[in-house]
Amino acid sequence: MSRKNLFIGAAFALFPLTLVAQPKELVLYCSVGEEWCRAQSEAFSRETGINVLMTRKSSGETFAQIKAEQGQPRGDVWWGGTGDPHLQAAQEDLTQEYRSPSLSDVQDWALRQAETSGYRTVGIYAGALGFGYNSTLVTANPPACWADLLDARYADDIQVANPNSSGTSYTMLATMVQIMGENPAFDYLKKLNSNISQYTKSGSAPIRAAATGETAIGIVFMHDAVAQAVGGAPIMTVAPCEGTGYEVGSMSIIKGGPNPEAAKLWYDWALSAKAQEIGATAKSYQVPSNKNAVTPPEAPKLSDVKLIDYDFAKYGSSEVRTALLARWDAEIGTLGK
Amino acid sequence: MNRVSLTWARFSWPTFLVFLTLILPWYDSGSESVFAEAIGDKSWLFPIVLLTGILSILALIDPNWRRHALAGPLVITGLCWLFLQAFTIGLRGPHWLLILDLFPSAVDGQTGFGFGAWALVLALVGALSEVLAARGFCRGDRFASFSVIGIASLLGLFVLFPILKLVFAAFVSNDGVISIYPFFSRLVAPDLWGAACLIGAGRCGVVINSVVLGILAGISATGLGLALALLVSRTDFRMKRWLRALSILPIITPPFVVGVAIIVLFGRTGIITVEVASLLEIRPSRWVYGLPGILMAQILAFTPVAFLVILSALEAINPTLEEASTTLGARPLTTFRKVTLPLLRPALAAAFLLTFIESLADFGNPIVLGGGYDVLSTKIFFAVVGAQYDLGRAATLSVVLLLLTVTAFAIQQVWVGRSTYVTVSGRSDAGLVSPAPPVIKWIAVLMVAPFVFFTFGVYLIVLIGGFVHDIARMELAPTFTHLWTAFSFEISDTGLQLYGSAWNSMITTLWVSALSAPLTMGIGILTAWLIARQEFAGKHIFEFITLLSFAIPGTVVGVSYIAAFNIPPIDMTGTLWILVICFVFRNMPVGMRAGLAALAQIDRSMEEASQTMGAGGARVLRDVVLPLIKPSVFTALVYAFVTAMTAVSAVIFLVSARHNMATAYIMGRVENGEYALAIAYSTVLMLVMIVCVALMNLMIGRRILGRRLSFKEGSPS
Repeated sequence: MSRKNLFIGAAFALFPLTLVAQPKELVLYCSVGEEWCRAQSEAFSRETGINVLMTRKSSGETFAQIKAEQGQPRGDVWWGGTGDPHLQAAQEDLTQEYRSPSLSDVQDWALRQAETSGYRTVGIYAGALGFGYNSTLVTANPPACWADLLDARYADDIQVANPNSSGTSYTMLATMVQIMGENPAFDYLKKLNSNISQYTKSGSAPIRAAATGETAIGIVFMHDAVAQAVGGAPIMTVAPCEGTGYEVGSMSIIKGGPNPEAAKLWYDWALSAKAQEIGATAKSYQVPSNKNAVTPPEAPKLSDVKLIDYDFAKYGSSEVRTALLARWDAEIGTLGK
Repeated sequence: MNRVSLTWARFSWPTFLVFLTLILPWYDSGSESVFAEAIGDKSWLFPIVLLTGILSILALIDPNWRRHALAGPLVITGLCWLFLQAFTIGLRGPHWLLILDLFPSAVDGQTGFGFGAWALVLALVGALSEVLAARGFCRGDRFASFSVIGIASLLGLFVLFPILKLVFAAFVSNDGVISIYPFFSRLVAPDLWGAACLIGAGRCGVVINSVVLGILAGISATGLGLALALLVSRTDFRMKRWLRALSILPIITPPFVVGVAIIVLFGRTGIITVEVASLLEIRPSRWVYGLPGILMAQILAFTPVAFLVILSALEAINPTLEEASTTLGARPLTTFRKVTLPLLRPALAAAFLLTFIESLADFGNPIVLGGGYDVLSTKIFFAVVGAQYDLGRAATLSVVLLLLTVTAFAIQQVWVGRSTYVTVSGRSDAGLVSPAPPVIKWIAVLMVAPFVFFTFGVYLIVLIGGFVHDIARMELAPTFTHLWTAFSFEISDTGLQLYGSAWNSMITTLWVSALSAPLTMGIGILTAWLIARQEFAGKHIFEFITLLSFAIPGTVVGVSYIAAFNIPPIDMTGTLWILVICFVFRNMPVGMRAGLAALAQIDRSMEEASQTMGAGGARVLRDVVLPLIKPSVFTALVYAFVTAMTAVSAVIFLVSARHNMATAYIMGRVENGEYALAIAYSTVLMLVMIVCVALMNLMIGRRILGRRLSFKEGSPS
């Protein structure tokens, strides 16, 4: 019998962790890299004692999930991920307006994100789009421009995410449309399709595949490529010569979430300089939005990149985003990979 | 029967009914009892209060209320009204405007069933079973009657209802209109049925892809299973015991790790791919992603199933038949071809169909290794979980998948059902097993050898992958960082703090397994007892539904639960209970089969003896049947526990941030390329499973052994 008691005792020892205790918790939908999500949640837990229940999903997927849960929201904060789906969520009334006292500390580009959305979202970091190649696989004459990616040498050797699920890939789609105009952009993507080996779900997966050599080139945000290089992979980061778009990684409070107080605590904390410097410790080299936060030395200098004047209001709007994605599905998605 | 139990029998369910109408909160948190709600603005609940009132008054004035002409109609009307009101008046008001004329306050809608509503369902089902028992259902045995009605209601609620809801969802267009058109337009979509790849021109539809994969996996696994079975039972091959042990591995292997190991071995920068490419001086390619990779992983996973099916058939062949053939002058090869193989035909067919079904239902391998090769299960997943939430499309694909598996399952049932191939009759069992002809033996060895090496390689990767720096890049410095990332903790003055990212999912998984295993076992064994030992009207339908729940692929169960339980009245998604319930009804048929097999070997006379002495159904089950079938109770328990820890296809739809499961967590890591972390977690999961099974063995197994030994010693044989 004592053995049985021991077993029951062990079961009850675990009990408080799941069902009873935890008066304070926060359900976090996280759309940056898993490692950063983990570090950020842990830091918040340590500081506040609030238990963070975190799921990491790509921003397009999180948007779909928040929309599906609209009748009964289960998440509190959506932290990270490209700004466009955050703006769309704000427009569709899925997220909550909140003017954090910390807003005064953020850079102009981050504040503009808040103003565009009626203070339903705010920028927390920025990063430029580009691509990375594996220097052991691509030795001679490496690609430097978007146009170079159409080279037949890279047949079946480029990966990019699916823009439906990934904000990274949607940023690329919107960037191409802004650089070339809509029809030429889709022609380009159609040609590029014959070099694509797989449309991944997560935006940063292509560069992970390139790092292990599963593919030669991954189209990602430059900071993701840098992270792989810092991690020791033979990855070279490229800022495309035609110019490129960028993201304002954002954060929103989900409307009607179960823990609104904890959500605001997170929101204020996540805008602080200290919280924004956690990214670099988790190999995420985005440019932080807090003016006082130290930009990690590894971060790609936005001043060295030829940035286009990305129209966030337009390409983050529900109509434009839905229409572009539908066209991608019809013209590129059906070609299949 | 003494007086106390008579009073209890008289007041039981109706008393309970009154109690909960007045006390328990009807809806979720913050609501009042049904009585208070009905008097308030939820006037449509009033008939329920009225009906339960009449029923309890009836029970109070008439001790024989069960036989009263009104009892049956009252209970049934109560149940019908309960569900009718719940389904017609939803969260945002009634579904038909007509209802507003009757109950104007319905415009505000109502939330899902709470404690009170569920208790009322239970009480009404209980009362119904009493009324039926009084009318001779289950030969008047109240316990058996309650069990049958109870289990039938559960099956209806958690198996049939979700499936019907799913089929219904396939007919709803994206803007909510119900018609047959969206179903057909989704059904005939070219990405479903395209067969261009068969003639070498482009890509196939998902249905064709799935079927091709299923057939290839079925043929390969059956062939390998046959070779393995022949080696084990018909040769003097020395590694026999290891081959048997090999067949248990896939059962405790979490999904995805095999896929990951295959990528590490055969991916573009895989160990073997690179070696071979440098040997042949070609450029390493991504050949493994797609059909070859999925097929490899599935052969590894399903060959043991085929092996076990064929082995039991091979051992059941009466050796005299083969001896007779040899005596008549046939050469060994001829005997094998003309006697042994034909006798194995039904087993081969069964093994093929089982593998085919498993391959269709498989989700973990295609999602890791699929590349651009879409199959039904992954397509369904992306339609629901991906960025475009399209339940109608997922439902249509699920219906196709369901039809495919149910057809294969039906064929298999018919095949196995034919018993003309049984050659062991118990009368003469003389004769020695004839060894397989040398040619066959060597063919078998040649087939099995690569399989064994392959399995060995894959599990080697699994074993070391979690504890070296980066297995994908072959950096083999030993490290515990991956394990620490997943399971880091700190002991500070505030107590134990769990910081590792895997703790939440691990603890939930343990809870779900621990809660669902006894429930699965209980319901499974009870169902087996009902089917084997009770006679009641509608038994065939009852059996059919339990079989049906066995044939539904996990992906379909997941989507159907989303379709059925995402909205009131039964609003359960995002809770721990939906995970538990999902496992109980997915694994219950296995417990049932174990129970049926055990019951078939126990003579009824002992039960009849205790019945003659006046024991009721419940007592017989508890004191006679259960002790006798304890080994199969244990098997059911272990199986239920282990599957709950490793299953992925259904739960992947049902997990939430609050309640994440280990397999879903591992899938996220694999998707993100964190192979080492995924492998480390899987290793921990396998260890936990082994420890838990050993613990269960200590708690129950000891006593089984003791009981059985004394039983054997006591019996004259």
